[in-house]
Amino acid sequence: MAKYSTNEFKAGLKIMLDADPCAIIENEFIKPGKGQAFNRVKIRNLKTGRVIERTFKSGESVEGADVVDMEMQFLYSDGEFWHFMEPDTFEQYQADENAVSDSVKWLKDQDICTMTLWNDAPLTVTPPNFVELAVAETDPGLKGDTSGGGGKPATLETGAVVRVPLFIQIGELIRVDTRTGEYVSRVKD
Amino acid sequence: MKQLRLRAQMLSTIRSFFDRKVVLEVETPLLCQATGTDPQLDFFSTEYHSLPENKTMYLQTSPEFAMKRLLAAGSGSIFQICKAFRNGESGKYHNPEFSILEWYRVDFNLEQLIDEVINLLTELLAGYCVIESVHKVSYGDIFNQVTDLNAFNFCQQRYASYASKNSISDAIKICGSDHSMWLDFIFSHQVQPQLKKYTICIVDSYPAIQSSLARINSRNPDVADRFEVFIRGIEMGNGFFELSDAKEQERRFNQENKIRQIKGLKRVEKDQLFLQALKAGLPDCSGVALGLDRLLMIMTNTQDIEDVISFPLGRA
Repeated sequence: MAKYSTNEFKAGLKIMLDADPCAIIENEFIKPGKGQAFNRVKIRNLKTGRVIERTFKSGESVEGADVVDMEMQFLYSDGEFWHFMEPDTFEQYQADENAVSDSVKWLKDQDICTMTLWNDAPLTVTPPNFVELAVAETDPGLKGDTSGGGGKPATLETGAVVRVPLFIQIGELIRVDTRTGEYVSRVKD
Repeated sequence: MKQLRLRAQMLSTIRSFFDRKVVLEVETPLLCQATGTDPQLDFFSTEYHSLPENKTMYLQTSPEFAMKRLLAAGSGSIFQICKAFRNGESGKYHNPEFSILEWYRVDFNLEQLIDEVINLLTELLAGYCVIESVHKVSYGDIFNQVTDLNAFNFCQQRYASYASKNSISDAIKICGSDHSMWLDFIFSHQVQPQLKKYTICIVDSYPAIQSSLARINSRNPDVADRFEVFIRGIEMGNGFFELSDAKEQERRFNQENKIRQIKGLKRVEKDQLFLQALKAGLPDCSGVALGLDRLLMIMTNTQDIEDVISFPLGRA
């Protein structure tokens, strides 16, 4: 993999840091008029998702990380692995629990999501920002309640639990923001 | 367009300020035969076709040497507004080509020059920033206030333990036993952000190991007669009670060339014309350079130097 010098640093660049693949979020060039130049970098560890701040001496080089984002179709889960397919090449990938982590609760068969591959192996799976899922289970709502005063929990077809307004019924399709895990609206056909 | 007008207005304010004080405006070459040895400054070089051989020329990183040659020739107090070039410096506060205001006051001590810097800034920023008061602090004091460390008395162990406790442990590997680099690291990462709360902050009495082209203080050899001015935590300029001892200057050049060698950088020929001028005699003077693009950033409250330059590097 290519090496990158600090002056090639920019948001989005993927580099290796402490043996983990990371993505640069923000790069700041710090240089006192009379003194050493540094690059202060905000960086996301792509394995853990943690954001940290690190400093490099300007001119230093770091190893690039072979990390790519691919659109993938979710096929099925066999309990141990989650299977995905690249829709253009039909190439299949199996992701383990670490890679799918929480994302899986938003995915149903055939859904398209983004998979991040590191050295051609699944690193993380990111669901679309918004998904539409059916309500599998929820307490019956009170008649006449149209606003979401307090709301109630609802279990969706994928197993995810979200708070929904009281008027939502079993079987209804709802739109959820996967980044916050919050109910957005009812989906009307 | 607003930025263009503001820049023009700023330049005219500067010129009228120095006109009132009878300081002479000068021009010196941007394209020079020699450049500074400072290992922290990367310069642009080019070939001048003077047949039968080519000659290497440099774009100035600052007009300092040429202006001091004028001072040694008896110019009296002078100022210059010009471009300076620093290779590889690009970021929110850096463009490789940038505008400098540099001036020298004959027979001024550092305090007098600091007062003049404050007066000029107050005039330039009037209507753009409220300057309630100017915060003045010595390097050693502010360094100690923020970090509890002694800037002059280097103890690698103490510095390292401070770094690991303050999530800047990268410093340990980067700086090693290099006192000056530790100071740069900690000052830029920990101290400078604390200066954001002051509109204008003057930091003076820098450690002698960071003297640059300033004289060592006559009473305290640990301290250099150097100050920096920060506006809202952004470094605006460096001022010195100027070193005039040719021998000491040559010693610093040699020293810097040694560091260049250790760092694997190209050796730089010492500027002989400048050294000759010092030998002939530089009058006692204080000088300072301010970054004009950054000043415009402050006036317009922008976060990116590209916003105040008509055509930044990427579109130059």
